[in-house]
Amino acid sequence: MTSYIDFARQIRLRSLELCSAKKTSHLGGAFSVADILAVLYGGVLDISAADPRAVTRDRLFYSKGHACTALYATLEAQGFLSEIDLLEEFTKDGSYFTSHVNHNVNGIELSTGSLGHALGVGAGSALAGKRRGLDWNVFVILSDGELDEGSNWEAILFAAHHRLDNLVAIVDYNKIQSFGEVSQVMGLEPLTDKFKAFGWEVAEVDGHSTSELESVLQGLKRSRRGHPKCVVAHTVKGKGVSFMENSLMWHYRSPSVADLAAARVELERG
Amino acid sequence: MRNAFINALVELADVHKNIFLLCGDLGYSVLEPFAENYPDRFVNVGIAEQNMTQVAVGLAREGFNVFTYSIGNFPTLRCMEQIRYDVCYHEANVKIVAVGGGYAYGPQGVSHHTTEDLAMLRVLPGMLVCAPADPAEAIAAAHFMATHRGPGYVRLNKTGEPVLHSQDLAGRFGPGQFLPIRDGEGTLVLTTGAIAHRILAEINTARLNWALWSAPFVGAYDCEALLSIAKHFSRIVTVEEHQLNGGFGSSIVESLNDLYAAGHCHEMPRVTRIAVPNVFIGRSGTQEYLRDAAGLTLAGL
Repeated sequence: MTSYIDFARQIRLRSLELCSAKKTSHLGGAFSVADILAVLYGGVLDISAADPRAVTRDRLFYSKGHACTALYATLEAQGFLSEIDLLEEFTKDGSYFTSHVNHNVNGIELSTGSLGHALGVGAGSALAGKRRGLDWNVFVILSDGELDEGSNWEAILFAAHHRLDNLVAIVDYNKIQSFGEVSQVMGLEPLTDKFKAFGWEVAEVDGHSTSELESVLQGLKRSRRGHPKCVVAHTVKGKGVSFMENSLMWHYRSPSVADLAAARVELERG
Repeated sequence: MRNAFINALVELADVHKNIFLLCGDLGYSVLEPFAENYPDRFVNVGIAEQNMTQVAVGLAREGFNVFTYSIGNFPTLRCMEQIRYDVCYHEANVKIVAVGGGYAYGPQGVSHHTTEDLAMLRVLPGMLVCAPADPAEAIAAAHFMATHRGPGYVRLNKTGEPVLHSQDLAGRFGPGQFLPIRDGEGTLVLTTGAIAHRILAEINTARLNWALWSAPFVGAYDCEALLSIAKHFSRIVTVEEHQLNGGFGSSIVESLNDLYAAGHCHEMPRVTRIAVPNVFIGRSGTQEYLRDAAGLTLAGL
């Protein structure tokens, strides 16, 4: 699993650099999802930069579009952004590298940023796959805070009713949303039981254990048991940098020069 | 009109294998033929219009031309942001079909009065807004939307609208076009949607020599057609079963103004807008009663 760990470190370092250079927010959520993205793109998704629109590819819908730096960094590392200077282009005037992910960027299926949209779209794609008898998978990465949106629960009902077992939702459960702790703002517990009660197959994982993520995601990707699948990934907002971890401030703050240096030391040390 | 549209869609789906129909748990005694003929391309998504629209986008991404169907405000205003962001921004091949435009569901109350949809939908980039006047236009709208690639909105009335067009609309039905219903001089009345029939009856009863044209598509008018109107008529009257703010009449005024401002016509044409005067009518009533209550008549002219 060393390569996943290296990949995740690379995602965090690049996200840090992007947020700092362009004074953007949402670094905490980028760090919490980094290991999930590393495992998905590093070994789980059937997707290739050489043919990003291949009909047979797995589709990944990134619902937490605000944590854009992590996905841009992932795509860059995987070769989707060849001949593009991401650091230069990110949020530059006229660039499509907006600070919520943009489908005009190669490899990004859906623009998001408004929460509660991608699971329903993913369910529609999964339904199309079913109706056409095709065997690719749909993955949707959700934030915890966005589960406040009713549209997600419409989609959760729908996916179970239509037995979309080609759909895997991954909740980046970092326990902090925009204006406070999830448990204080709008509690989700018992989250696993909720998904189960809605007819989903659910696995809880340590969202920073790449070996656990790999094992669970590979298993769920292959399984077809008549239920949509959910991975509740317990994560830490700001994971990897001690002074950012579990801190609401790092939902917003962009790192200063001093923050950048200190964070880089911690990330490189691992 | 509703049945004419759906029946046409059923026929079209036999030819166009990419047509998919989603409904929000409405369409009893209307949608069954589609559901029975094409079970693989039909889903009742339940009473969940946000998700219906999102699922439509997901299906459209995979090659389907997806129609969403429900009553008035539900597949439109209820899920406005899904339409804006998921459908329009992604240029998804999704067609929204709302039944019960204006006061077609009159006695059912304001929840079912569809009187802001034209303004809400026409502001969205890439959205083609279509409000057929009669069953002939509704059938033409189904044919148009079956092959048009990209977002579209069809506002249907319900039932009982007489056919206003005796001639085939093929080749004449499209965005920006006007369809003459009645010839005349001096005053041109432009309508969109099913209120055309009422206005035609008023003109005939009063023995006025006014022209009446239908505008089945709202917005993006053909410039030559507008300039011709400005040249040949001394007065334009718009009528719509919709709020005054931002609706059909507004779109005509905007387009004429832009032509005038750009120097394409020498004077700004005189336009009288007849529309719901920016109020909700909470009282019960038939469609005709509520049209009267809202002042949707030529009587004041």
